[in-house]
Amino acid sequence: MAIFVDKNNKVLVQGATGHQGVFHIGEMLGFGTKVVAGVTPGKSGQEVHGVPIFNNVQEGVDATRANTSLVLVPARFAKDAVFEALDAGIKTVVVITENIPFHDAMEFVHYSKYKDAVLIGPNCPGIASPGKTKIGILPGSILLEGDVGVASRSGTLTYEIVNSLKERGIGQSTCVGLGGDPIIGTTFIDALDAFEKDKETKAIVLVGEIGGTAEEDAAEYIKENVTKPVFAFIAGRTAPPGKRMGHAGAIIARGKGTAESKIKAFEKADVKLAKFPTDIADLVEEHL
Amino acid sequence: MKLFEYRGKELFDKFGIAVPKGNLVAGEKDFSNLKFPLILKAQVPIGGRGKAGGIKKAKDLKEAKERLNEIMGMDIRGYNVGKVLAEETANIKKELYLSISLDRTKRMPLIMASAEGGMDIESVPDDKIFKEWVSPLIGIQAFNIRNIVSKLGMGKEESKEIGKVLSKIYKLFREYDCELVEINPLIITNDGGVMAIDSKIIINDDAMFRHNDVEPELVELTPLEKDAKEKGIAFVQLGGNIGVIANGAGLTMATLDALTHFKGQGGVFLDLGGTDDPEKVKQAFELMKKAEPKVIFLNLFGGITKCDTVATGVKAVITKEGINCPVVTRIKGMREDEAKEILKDAGLITATTLQDAAQRSSDLAGGEK
Repeated sequence: MAIFVDKNNKVLVQGATGHQGVFHIGEMLGFGTKVVAGVTPGKSGQEVHGVPIFNNVQEGVDATRANTSLVLVPARFAKDAVFEALDAGIKTVVVITENIPFHDAMEFVHYSKYKDAVLIGPNCPGIASPGKTKIGILPGSILLEGDVGVASRSGTLTYEIVNSLKERGIGQSTCVGLGGDPIIGTTFIDALDAFEKDKETKAIVLVGEIGGTAEEDAAEYIKENVTKPVFAFIAGRTAPPGKRMGHAGAIIARGKGTAESKIKAFEKADVKLAKFPTDIADLVEEHL
Repeated sequence: MKLFEYRGKELFDKFGIAVPKGNLVAGEKDFSNLKFPLILKAQVPIGGRGKAGGIKKAKDLKEAKERLNEIMGMDIRGYNVGKVLAEETANIKKELYLSISLDRTKRMPLIMASAEGGMDIESVPDDKIFKEWVSPLIGIQAFNIRNIVSKLGMGKEESKEIGKVLSKIYKLFREYDCELVEINPLIITNDGGVMAIDSKIIINDDAMFRHNDVEPELVELTPLEKDAKEKGIAFVQLGGNIGVIANGAGLTMATLDALTHFKGQGGVFLDLGGTDDPEKVKQAFELMKKAEPKVIFLNLFGGITKCDTVATGVKAVITKEGINCPVVTRIKGMREDEAKEILKDAGLITATTLQDAAQRSSDLAGGEK
């Protein structure tokens, strides 16, 4: 078991023939992901690492029965790409693209719910269930099959944490990058709900950061609904208010979104907090 | 991007929302179209300017010139006042609060309204603030407007006018990709009109590509931050003396946090992002040098980004340009051994763990300032 994605995901890549598309199709195939189609308007008939390219999503879905889309198109075309995937019947959409306008994200997040689809991102590294599939740009070298569920708002910081788990021989059931934007499709609560139900997952790691109230909301949810042990790291304890710290969502605005508030909320929910990113591995190892 | 009040009011005017008559003033002739008494308002991208002396009344031209001299060039919490707006005064029967913002949790536009306008909304009790959410797929509907306006306890005509303003600011909020449109206060005048006395508008930076009519204004940024923004590098200046370069926003923040743990003080947040382009690495180091940190702390985790290609860029900068402060490096992940080999003779301080590197950087920077 794993959450959200497994061996049944047949992936279509939107923005397949660009530099990123070509590189990551290769990486995903190497990881064992079923990449079945690529889409770039006007490039039908071409191939990328043997994967056929189509002019539009519907053609790709009709020919390959793809059920999942990985969106790598530039920000200004992302809304159109997500709508196109959802209208073609795609049920899992992973949006890697950064710098998508917030209003576009609001629209496609709500449309994905209306279409009963799972939308991960935007501005995320994607999702991987080691041993099964990887949909996104997470480096395959750090992943290991196992029983810890990881959900994170950040990219590299997650790689660092997952890698330190791997060094202790601790693997992951699923590692999901939720995204660094203020408007995202899949939240900590969605991931917690799925990890709690997943038989394979024994412990959950959350990687949060300043901005918004996703961690506070997660803490409330954990109190009532999660029986599995939860470990967390929060980045941005020293970030000043009013400054966007790299991620569009990482900003303390109008007094909301401070690390202190998140840490306090997690402590109240009995979540074990790590002082340094790699300490998570110590905490998890002690527990398992 | 935060708009100055006067630019927000230009947008209000464009969308048919009444604002007081006024214009920017720099000298005597700029007052000729305006009827006294006037209010002079410093244009700064932060709140609390009234308390800081940035808003002043003037009953005639002589007073107006004196007040203008006082306000122009004054420092309001680090912002030098370069623009002053003069406006005719309005007769106020009632002050309200009205805003539309992004609700990150519900991922919907959130309308907030209160009959307690004119003060900081943070200080208004929760039960005096009314909320209504709008589906981004269908946009604002008549029921949304009825729901929230009816709670304000206004008369029938006034409610109708407030509803019209709400509908207009929603249109503005959507068309200009706003993160926030706030009117505080929105006033009811003695003759029953509705007018926006202040404006606070934030446009989503990532949507600026489709708003070419809005001139970018980088007033909130330091000169180096502006430079970085133009180069597409995430760069934030902080109070301390240690410059942090890392790849990924979360990792960069976590690195700054680690420094604080060892009593070091972060001076620069520089996120290289997913790049290993030597040219970008070079630009990043050049920016960092200009910020004149006492110590540079390079923290890399290689995943898709290869440590050795970043290291090559770093070495090129150091050998060609020279760096006149200690550089502490901690490199981990994909091709870390190759990266360490490349940087071996570059005169850098190498550490193996984040904690070790943070400790050394903090010690070199002199601990607490």
